Amino acid sequence: MYEIIKKQILNKDVDLMVIHAPMVARNALPGHFIILRVNETGERIPLTIVDVDGENISIIYQKLGYTTKLLGQLNVGDKLVDFVGPLGKAAHIRDVKNVLGIAGGVGAAPLLPQLKEYNRRGIKVDLVIGARSKEYIILLDQYKKYCENIYIATDDGSLGTKGFVTDVLTELYKEKKYDHTIAIGPLIMMKYVVRLNKKYNISTDVSLNPVMVDGTGMCGNCRVSINGKTFFACIDGPDFPGEGVNFDELIARQDYYHEEEEHICKMKLVTK
Amino acid sequence: MKIPRVVMPVLDKDIRKTNFEEVACGYTLPEAELEASRCLNCKNPRCVSACPVSINIPKFIGELIKGDLDEAYYTIYDANILPSVCGRVCPQEKQCEQACIVGIKNEPVAIGALERFLGDYSLKNNILKESKIIENGIKVGIVGSGPAGLANAAEMRRKGYTVDIFEALHEFGGVLKYGIPDFRLPKDIVTTEVNRLQNMGVGFHKNVVVGKSITIDQLMNEEGYQALFLGSGAGLPSPLGVPGENLSGIYYANEFLTRVNLMKSHHFPESATPVKIGNKVAIVGGGNVAMDAARTAKRLGAKEVFVLYRRDMDALPARLDEIHHAIEEDVDFRLLLNPVEFIGENYRLKQVKCEIMELGEKDASGRKRPMPTNTFKVFDLDSCIISIGQKPNPILKESEAALEVDKWGRMVTNNYQTSIPGVFAGGDVVSGAATVILAMGAGKDASIEMDKYIKGK
Repeated sequence: MYEIIKKQILNKDVDLMVIHAPMVARNALPGHFIILRVNETGERIPLTIVDVDGENISIIYQKLGYTTKLLGQLNVGDKLVDFVGPLGKAAHIRDVKNVLGIAGGVGAAPLLPQLKEYNRRGIKVDLVIGARSKEYIILLDQYKKYCENIYIATDDGSLGTKGFVTDVLTELYKEKKYDHTIAIGPLIMMKYVVRLNKKYNISTDVSLNPVMVDGTGMCGNCRVSINGKTFFACIDGPDFPGEGVNFDELIARQDYYHEEEEHICKMKLVTK
Repeated sequence: MKIPRVVMPVLDKDIRKTNFEEVACGYTLPEAELEASRCLNCKNPRCVSACPVSINIPKFIGELIKGDLDEAYYTIYDANILPSVCGRVCPQEKQCEQACIVGIKNEPVAIGALERFLGDYSLKNNILKESKIIENGIKVGIVGSGPAGLANAAEMRRKGYTVDIFEALHEFGGVLKYGIPDFRLPKDIVTTEVNRLQNMGVGFHKNVVVGKSITIDQLMNEEGYQALFLGSGAGLPSPLGVPGENLSGIYYANEFLTRVNLMKSHHFPESATPVKIGNKVAIVGGGNVAMDAARTAKRLGAKEVFVLYRRDMDALPARLDEIHHAIEEDVDFRLLLNPVEFIGENYRLKQVKCEIMELGEKDASGRKRPMPTNTFKVFDLDSCIISIGQKPNPILKESEAALEVDKWGRMVTNNYQTSIPGVFAGGDVVSGAATVILAMGAGKDASIEMDKYIKGK
C-alpha cells in the first residue's frame, strides 16, 4: 500500500499529491510516469512524476474522469493499492542554448520537471503557459524559479494575453528565437503548437498521455502513429518529437471510452 | 472389452456463452478411476518422454487406480508444481497423449484430464507435501511471476534459498492471470497456487518493474542477490503491419484479454475498467490466444464473431479442445484470408479488407504455405482483435546493455545462463511465445544451473 503524505488543492479541478513509494523513487528521472490504482476494483491510470523527494513522489491530476475524481476524494493518510514506476523513457534533454516550454492547463505539471532539468544544466528557459482562466494557471511560483521569462495566455483574458498559447507564440516569435520547444497540454493544443512551430522551423517535443492498461509495453492501447510508424507511448515515450505525430488519430483513440467514462461517473460517484 | 475414453462433462453451450464459468467441468472420482483403468502401464512409457517435465505418468495413474490419491498427486507434484493449471492448458494431444500407445488403435488415455483431477483434488482437500526446507540464507531473485518464475521459485526454495519474486503487474501469475480467461482457467486456482508458494516462504513483490523500478545491476550489486532468474515472458504484441492498424476498435489480444481477465471489465462498472466490443468482431490468428479472444468476445455479447486465418482448419495451432469449444459456441472460422487493410471512418474501425489465399507447397513448418491470389474480400466490423503472437518485452534489455538478445528480442542463453554471469533466463523470454509447461520446465531446469553456479562461486 502506498500512503498519501500530502495533498494540496491547486484549483477546483486540480490537486497535487505526494505519495510514499520508495521503489518508484529510487530510479525516477524527469519525464518518467507512474501507473496507479486507487482501490481493488480500480482501473490503472498513468500520471507523470512531477517531483521526487527521497522516497516520495509528487503527482498532479485533473479531476476529469472517474479514477481522478475518486483519487481526489482521498486525503492524507489514505492509501492507494497500487503505484508502480518509474515507467517510460526519461525525457531526452537536448543540447541547446535556450528552450521554450509551452504548457496548456494541467500540462504544466509534466512540463515542470523537464524545464527544471534544463535550468539545472544551465540552459536558458522561457515559458508560455495557458489555461481557461486565471485560476487554472498552476505552478506559476515553481516556474518562476526556473524560467527567465514567463508569458501567460488565458481564454477569457483574466490573466495575461486573452487568447491561446499559439497567439502568444506568434507574437513572441516576432522578437525571439528559440533553439527548441517542449509543448505539453491537451492534444489539440499540441497539434496546433507543432503546426505553428513547423512554420517557424522550430523543433517541438511533446509528451503524450494516451489510454494505457499495463504501462509496460504489453497491451498496445497507447500506440501512436509517428510518420506512419507505430510507437508505444509507454515504452517508446511518453515524449516524442511532435512533428510526425498523428494527433487526429490520437484524439479519436483518447475519446474511444468517452461514453463508458460518463456512465461510470454517473453510476458510482456521489457528487459532493 | 475396450473401454472408450471417458468424455469430460462440459457446461451446456447455450448457457456458457453468456457467462465466464469454466467450460470443462472435470472428472468425478468414478470417471477418473474408469479412465485411469485404460492405461496399459507400459514398460517403456513413451508418454513420460513426451512430457516436457517428464511426469511419471504410469506411476501416478497406478496410484490413482489403487485409490491412493495423495501419493498420485505427490508423484505429479515432484515434476510439476501446477497440475491443476497444466491439466487445463497443456496441449496434451501434441505431447503425452500423442505418444500414448492406447492411442494407436483407440483414443489415447486422457492424461491431462487425470492430471487436472488430481491437482483439483489437492486444492479442494488441501493436500500438500510437507517438505523440510534447510535454509542456506542465500538470496536469489526472480523476475516475473508467470509459469517459469513460479516453477523456478519452488525449486530454489526447496533447495534452501531465500527467494524473492518481482512482478510488474498488481497480481501474481503472469499470463495465467492476464492472458488465459476464467472459462478455461479459473483465477482462484492460480491464486491458491501462489498462496502455497507464499506459505513455503517465497517472497512476492508486486508493482516492481525490473529494469525500471530497480535494475539487474542494483539487485546483484546493491541488494545482494547472488543469482537472478529472468522469467518475464513474451508480453509484447506482434503487429500485423497493415494500414489502419491504429484505428479505434482494433485491439491487440493482450489488451483485450488483460482488460477482461486482469481488470475484470466484464463486470463494468462495478469494476472500473471498461471494454467495448460491439456486434461484429473479427479475430486475426489461429492460436490459443485467438480462441480465447474469440470466446471472450462472444461472452461479452458480440453477435457475430469470426476468426480470420490465412491457412486452413488443419493448420490451426490452437489446442484441439479450444477449437471444438469455439465452434460449439458459434465462433465462425473464415479461412484462407489474410487481412491487408483496415478501413475506418473518423479513425473508428468500419471494415477489414482481406486477401484470399490459396495453399501452395509445404513450408519450413511442414504446413502448406498460404499464397496470395490478388483477389479480395471485405467484411464490416465493430472490433478486431489481433492475436498473431507475442515477443519478449524490451525493458530488461534496454536497462542492461550487457544482456545479449537475438533479433527477435529473445534472451541468448547457454545452459540457461544469459550473457551476464549469475543471471539466468527461461520460458517465453528465451523461446518466444510457447506453452505454460515448457516455461515451467525451463524454470525448473534453470534452478539446477543456478544452484551449481552459486555453489561454485
